[in-house]
Amino acid sequence: MLLALQGAVSQGILWGVMVLGVYITFRLLNIPDMTVDGSFALGGCVCAVACVNLGLNPWIALLFAMIAGAAAGCVTGILHTVFEIPAILAGILSMISLWSINLRIMGKSNTPLLQVDTIFSGIVKATGLPQSLVSLLFGLVFAVVIVAVLYWFFGTEIGSALRATGNNEDMVRALGVDTRQTKVLALTIANALVGLAGGLVCQSQKYADIGMGTGAITIGLAAIVIGEVLGRLTPGKLTAFAPRLIAVVVGSVVYFIIRAIVLQLGMNANDMKLLSAIIVVAALSVPVVSERLGARRAYQKGGAA
Amino acid sequence: MLTLKGIKKTFNKGTVTEKPALLGVDLHLDRGDFVTVIGGNGAGKSTMLNSIAGVFPVDAGTITLDGTDVTRLSEPQRARYLGRVFQDPMRGTAADMQIEENLALAARRGKRRGLRVCITREEREEYREKLAILGLGLETRLADKVGLLSGGQRQALTLLMASLNSPDLLLLDEHTAALDPKTAAKVLELTQKIVTENGLTTLMVTHNMHDAIRLGNRLIMMSDGKIIYEVSGEEKAKLHRADLMAKFEEAAGAELASDRMLLG
Repeated sequence: MLLALQGAVSQGILWGVMVLGVYITFRLLNIPDMTVDGSFALGGCVCAVACVNLGLNPWIALLFAMIAGAAAGCVTGILHTVFEIPAILAGILSMISLWSINLRIMGKSNTPLLQVDTIFSGIVKATGLPQSLVSLLFGLVFAVVIVAVLYWFFGTEIGSALRATGNNEDMVRALGVDTRQTKVLALTIANALVGLAGGLVCQSQKYADIGMGTGAITIGLAAIVIGEVLGRLTPGKLTAFAPRLIAVVVGSVVYFIIRAIVLQLGMNANDMKLLSAIIVVAALSVPVVSERLGARRAYQKGGAA
Repeated sequence: MLTLKGIKKTFNKGTVTEKPALLGVDLHLDRGDFVTVIGGNGAGKSTMLNSIAGVFPVDAGTITLDGTDVTRLSEPQRARYLGRVFQDPMRGTAADMQIEENLALAARRGKRRGLRVCITREEREEYREKLAILGLGLETRLADKVGLLSGGQRQALTLLMASLNSPDLLLLDEHTAALDPKTAAKVLELTQKIVTENGLTTLMVTHNMHDAIRLGNRLIMMSDGKIIYEVSGEEKAKLHRADLMAKFEEAAGAELASDRMLLG
């Protein structure tokens, strides 16, 4: 059980990189970006092919995974901004296309990384630490670096224009920013992170699978809402940007812990996607319903007085 | 500063909802002019302002700003010349961002945005001083989210944001129409102060004839997509509301009786 939990934590941190990408589009840009399902698998497939078929260094493979994800996000962005396809449809079109593209890249539906070095096996060899600990520590360092970079970026002039785009497009255009560019940029960065996470997960589980991205967007959204609910319980209510990013990664870890627990309790792994969807629905609908009930209660109180 | 020549715009061309909005507008503003624009609903006032701002391309004519032909430039490309305040207080500011972040975004209007930090310490001091001028107590709330402010406060902030970097032209599109009378008066007072102190060339659309006469050095009246009356200087100062009403009827005839009701 303990081992399962440790595995869940390190898995949660690696997936947390993907969740940060989803956070950029979903929370900062107000777009639920369906590309994620495809670009996560794309990152995994590109990474696997780079490691196994091309025999490249695992770090270079990771870079390729990131670039591939960025390209996928850029395509979605162009479909959405230049051709004015609604954001959700643009994402779905990219996602569907990526299924075929990913199969083309791998040439088969999965690629094992058994015979090649990964970033994790490299660190294990160099330090002599056990694989599970390496995967946990490395993931942690990696996530901290990504959060720091994102925090810095969204504090720059471009980053702040990007945040404003999700807030008030009319204003941003009136202030001289082309919102088409900021949207494409945000989708590119977000999917670069997703592709990167796909590559990381591929190296950590030592295989890439055509279906590894299926439901990734739901996992991302579930992790975000879990992180936000937890954030609301902290004294500061998490209004500052850096704690919000950290909460997103924590949400991802908690999601995978919940997942590990229910799997241990004997739930079928295939039911997990249903559970993720239920978590998202609950998190999104509870505030709406409670507000409506609150309004009704307030009215009755007023009437009685 | 601003020259419009033969500006024409028809919305939904070739469909049943086709609506000619501007039928050839000519207008010239010198540097420092403060022009108020009045007219009934559908007269083309907002369409004229939006044409200048580049919200949509015009069908014919040329728009020149500060000697540059901007007719074919996009909305963001024209932003370097323009400060804008909209009717809806929600449209001019980003609610989930801090007051200082909003100001910093506006301070970079028309400039290249890079990977420098989005707000510097010196800027923060400068914003504190500028906010103090508004007299709304916002100078102590720099890090507050704009969504916490009232409509009037947001509109005053938008006005300040629009005046940063001294725009070549300030476009005010009924910017007090959504406010209660007291707040509207306050925002209008700030408008006059900011315009005078910075010597801004200004084009202000209003539904209030009294304000249109009281503010600015020129007044234009629009009807059915054309400028039908123009007055400036001494003559404008002596103008009364009754004169304007008379002009309205003279120029547009009895069919505008409903507009008269709206303008009263």
